[in-house]
Amino acid sequence: MTWIATRLRRLAPQLIALALVVVAITLIAPGFAHVTFQNGRLYGSPMDVLVRAAPVALLSIGMTLVIATKGIDLSVGATIAITGAVAASMVAAGHPLAVVILAALGVGLLCGVWNGLLVGLIDIQPIIATLILMVAGRGIAQLITEGVILTFNRPAFAFLGSGAFLGVPMPVILWVLTGLAIGLLVRVSALGLLIEAVGINRRASMMIGIRARFLIVFVYAAAGLCAAIAGLIVTADIKGADANNAGLWLELDAILAVVIGGTALSGGRFSISASLIGALIIQALNTGILISGWPPEFNLIIKAVVIIVILALQSPVVANSLAAAARVRADLKEPRRSRT
Amino acid sequence: MSARAPLIRARNLPFAATVVIFLAAYAFCVAQFPNMLSTRVAGNLLTDNAFLGIAAVGMTFVILSGGIDLSIGSVIAFTSVFVAVLVRAGVHPAAAFALALAVSTLFGAAMGLMIHGLSMPPFVVTLAGMFLARGAAFLISTESVPISHPFLDQLTGLYYLLPGKGRLTFLGLLMLGVFLLGSLVAGRTRFGANVYALGGGIQSAELMGVPIRRTTIQLYALSGFLAGLAGLAYTLYTSAGYSLATVGVELDAIAAVVVGGTLLTGGSGLVAGTFFGLMIQGLIQTYIVFDGTLSSWWTKIVVGLLLFLFIVLRRVILLFHERTGRSTDQRAFAGG
Repeated sequence: MTWIATRLRRLAPQLIALALVVVAITLIAPGFAHVTFQNGRLYGSPMDVLVRAAPVALLSIGMTLVIATKGIDLSVGATIAITGAVAASMVAAGHPLAVVILAALGVGLLCGVWNGLLVGLIDIQPIIATLILMVAGRGIAQLITEGVILTFNRPAFAFLGSGAFLGVPMPVILWVLTGLAIGLLVRVSALGLLIEAVGINRRASMMIGIRARFLIVFVYAAAGLCAAIAGLIVTADIKGADANNAGLWLELDAILAVVIGGTALSGGRFSISASLIGALIIQALNTGILISGWPPEFNLIIKAVVIIVILALQSPVVANSLAAAARVRADLKEPRRSRT
Repeated sequence: MSARAPLIRARNLPFAATVVIFLAAYAFCVAQFPNMLSTRVAGNLLTDNAFLGIAAVGMTFVILSGGIDLSIGSVIAFTSVFVAVLVRAGVHPAAAFALALAVSTLFGAAMGLMIHGLSMPPFVVTLAGMFLARGAAFLISTESVPISHPFLDQLTGLYYLLPGKGRLTFLGLLMLGVFLLGSLVAGRTRFGANVYALGGGIQSAELMGVPIRRTTIQLYALSGFLAGLAGLAYTLYTSAGYSLATVGVELDAIAAVVVGGTLLTGGSGLVAGTFFGLMIQGLIQTYIVFDGTLSSWWTKIVVGLLLFLFIVLRRVILLFHERTGRSTDQRAFAGG
């Protein structure tokens, strides 16, 4: 029980923020919370949020690990474009589905390992190491699609984007499963702890024998893999690969999701579930603004304002003054003898 | 440092490499297409990249301080729409320009205030700023707003005819002026020294007596001002304001700064380097236009390769320093 209580306390700010956003949307658009079951799957705005959140949620899983090591990965959007292009061109060429999926995942892994080697082995600052692939990646994707928007018609592959299993849409299953798999992997083993150690002080972690270089390559590879899964979903969803627009600016949304989730950009303590809730908050905002009937021009402004408020509340300055206020209140209630 | 002053100081080596690569690239282009060696091409290179160059100067300062400004592209779009709508409503362009610059400068200052006041990372704050500025641009108008005014025609019609019929336009001159002033401010003023100090580490800068708060706010205000100016240049260049324009320009600006030899963690680099970084990008685009068969996405791949090259060059210089025991560039290997 205490474990659950601790978890809830950690996730409380994100859960409250998500609840506030959902309540606010429901007040404005009462139809929002309505979920129905038709044709063997769930429909409704909440499901829509869960489905549309899939790419950012997947990216935020890998991004959480990367940011925990004090890194950042700007290239995941471009990785989506590359893996999407690979998958679409292979599907169009008639390769078996398993081969297509394995190839796309492999390419994503490769992109991640490339970033990981630049950061971990050659010691390049993460933001710039991943900038290389961010800039060049879309060019590479164009190279694969030969500059056109590749489309295909293969129901089995499209199932990944628009199908449903036991009533739950596939994208939701994919991001929840990926989150669970990676979350369990790092939390059941000591991997998560070691990643946090690298993020807090890489040098110190190396001195106590942690293989920081390997861990850094590992987290970027994980980010690449997550981006590849997101790329598969995006490609299957639109039944085509658009090298210019697939995954465009999603890396920024993913970073925001992680930051809203309370993982600091300066590395250290991380929580994948909090990042996932952050991704849901972002998507709930997007969907909410859409169905509330406000002019779409307001989207970005509202999003920016909400994000600024959430981040300001989390900022060390505000957190410190809140903590100080709480301490004063506690002292007034129950004066302690002395505080050194 | 040593008794014999070296020809090029090690910290200026990346800048020297940028210049050499630019010259080599230009020579390669001319060998392929002799027509590229003309003042016309050179004039167009300046005019076409004017707005990006102006924004890149602001980005250079921000990066020198160890920060980053992701809002540049959005601010450019906002300024261009803002000015276009004002001019369409009958405001004199000069007044609209002044107003737009004031707004963009204040916007930058507000971001600086948030970065310092809430001690939040610049990456996140300017990311929110990017959404905010783009949203404000959408709010003004989602359509492309064409503008025409005798005053604007006068400005765009201004040019200095170079020998060989090349045109050094008002925009090109404006950009060169901004680079010149930027160089002077970075290298010759107290504000510039403070920015370099900030990039070397906030704590040490504070101990040296650098006013962190004031410098941070001034820094992002300057970046906002230059992004606004870039927006005006963009409006003049396209004779229109469009809120969907210049998406991702901040990345081009960052690439120009890094290819120009500035260290992304701050503290080391030159404004003049950014100019050559920018010109290399422009040159690749011009080459693709001259070739006619290459797709424009080759620009991205080549720029990516160049980024890689410069990052590796930085590392090699650093390793060389560690080996020879003259680690003047401590900062770079601290930020791993």
